[in-house]
Amino acid sequence: MRLEPRERAPLWLAVTAPLVAVAASLLLTSVLVLWAGESVPAAYALLFKGAFGSRFALTETLARATPLILTGLAAAVAFRARFWNIGAEGQLYCGALATTWLGTGMVAVHPALMIPMLFAAGALAGGIALLLPMILKVRLKVDEVVTTLLLNFVILLLVNYLLEGPWKDPMSLGWPQAAPIVDEGVLPRLVPRTRLHLGLVVGLAAAVAVWLMMRFTVWGYEIRAVGQNPQAAAFAGIGIGATVLRVALLSGGLAGMAGVTEVAGLKGYLTLDLSPGFGYAGIAVAMLAALHPLGVVLSAVFLAGIYVGADSMSRAVNIPNYIADVIVACSVLAVLVSLMLVRFRVRLR
Amino acid sequence: MNDLLDLLLTAGFWAATLRIACPLVFATLGELICERAGVLNLGIEGIMTFGAMAGWLWVYRGGDLWTGVLFAAACGALFGLLHAGFTVHLGLSQHVTGIGITMLASALSYYTVRMLLPESTTPPKIVPFQPLDLGWLSQLPFLGEALFRHTAMTWLALISVPVVFAVLYFTPLGLAVRMAGENPVAVEAQGIDVFLVRTGAVMAGSALMAVGGAYLTMSAFDAFYFGMINGRGWICVALVIFASWRPGKALLGALLFAALDAFQVRAQQQVGAFVPYQVFLMLPYLLSIAAMVVMARKARYPKALLVPFRRGDRV
Repeated sequence: MRLEPRERAPLWLAVTAPLVAVAASLLLTSVLVLWAGESVPAAYALLFKGAFGSRFALTETLARATPLILTGLAAAVAFRARFWNIGAEGQLYCGALATTWLGTGMVAVHPALMIPMLFAAGALAGGIALLLPMILKVRLKVDEVVTTLLLNFVILLLVNYLLEGPWKDPMSLGWPQAAPIVDEGVLPRLVPRTRLHLGLVVGLAAAVAVWLMMRFTVWGYEIRAVGQNPQAAAFAGIGIGATVLRVALLSGGLAGMAGVTEVAGLKGYLTLDLSPGFGYAGIAVAMLAALHPLGVVLSAVFLAGIYVGADSMSRAVNIPNYIADVIVACSVLAVLVSLMLVRFRVRLR
Repeated sequence: MNDLLDLLLTAGFWAATLRIACPLVFATLGELICERAGVLNLGIEGIMTFGAMAGWLWVYRGGDLWTGVLFAAACGALFGLLHAGFTVHLGLSQHVTGIGITMLASALSYYTVRMLLPESTTPPKIVPFQPLDLGWLSQLPFLGEALFRHTAMTWLALISVPVVFAVLYFTPLGLAVRMAGENPVAVEAQGIDVFLVRTGAVMAGSALMAVGGAYLTMSAFDAFYFGMINGRGWICVALVIFASWRPGKALLGALLFAALDAFQVRAQQQVGAFVPYQVFLMLPYLLSIAAMVVMARKARYPKALLVPFRRGDRV
């Protein structure tokens, strides 16, 4: 068996590849459904009904997709430049910390400016969180995968300290949580009596903005060039350091904004379980979208549907909701293969 | 301050150092073998989680301790096979595949536990490996407690260092593994199958990672908790760089790291009033980053690390 690069990958192939990957991972995961002694079609029907089957389910899925769009974009931008930012989880919490600092009355902010300021501060905090690994990579050639991963744990412990110490809300009855965001900082609901909030619009706008930037601007071109061939990019006069700096700020900033939407939009205050791994799931979102910014929106909604649907399914039948994590992990691996088959043709000798 | 230094003179501190180091020794050796063959294995965190779960579950289900270790190793090797299939044979991104394997292995571990023990809030305990009685050695006043009252798995960890060293440096197999990570074309020119060597190395390395995880549930503690690996796998990836891909230095790094970890746990009790405990918990991760920074300048990566080998490609 050998792999031959295709001269041109047909568009229909590139579009169907992620769908095939998803179908394959649902098929693989059905083994776990059978193990649980449930019927596969019935279980998946419950899952999709719980994710998209009603107005309430749909708003829950979109609310869950909001942070995933942002962390997915964070991973997509970074991976495009082959900057392996696996620290979106930590950057998300940095954004959440900035939101709490600015939004709970610790600092005086004009009410009308509150929401834009929250997003700016969150993005800045997330970007700054990625600066250390970025500088270590560019200056000292320290592998960014490990540093970003390890910083996730450090940042979570920092949040832990603040929530049990100086930032603990005295009104929280002993729970480690921060004071609530002031009213003018709370993101307005898009649909009354649901949890869907303005963050979704921000996420969609970010996706379009990132797509426009990657597609039509010099910066976007430089980012793609550095990702495809750093030597050639450097030879063409592209500043590698400056490009990676931009990628780091952008990627960390997007992940930080996910922290803003969760604190100011969904929860209303910072807790230690703010993110059930949105940062890591963002990698799956980006991969399933083949790193395309607009595809990120679709894959974020889909994966959010898997999580929300699995929660609802596990309440109805005897299948642990960890099945969602298995499906997501399988899709990451499956999409790697299917995207390879888009680029290469398999020849059997 | 003197109290802090006195800590170093307690036998319990040294015993704890060895206990903390063992899972890191196994997993660091495992990652080292993979990387020496040219494959970065970021599945380590998930494979350790699965190994911890598999070994514990095996014994909980009435299996014997040693076959439990073997079972964990076999599970690890299977995940290694998956990783090798993707990265070695298909030449896919080692970063993304590794993260995917970690996600898959952890998710499967948690799914399995929830599936088999749906109601339990506290995981059931097993009877783990007991400290070996080495006769008069174990009775020595200070050294006995510090060094000679450890479980068989601890000894296995310590023995595996010279074994891996000997295999890597003194056997044709080890030479092939190291060459596959430096210059795979030369390996192919010798008539040795690069794919086979790399696949074998990743499987063996992953098996060691799983045993490292199993150490936690079968020797250090006696049950499987959610999130119990807690970044140990990532720390091991940093330790491999710190050790410049040498087994002896990997042991040294793991022991050094474990000593600092054992020290911070004990120091917490003494200066905990002034310094928040989270600062101490951050130390292992910050230390790993610091260790990488210190070694980064000198680090000489295996030349073909991260580079997929395709037969017939020119270099």
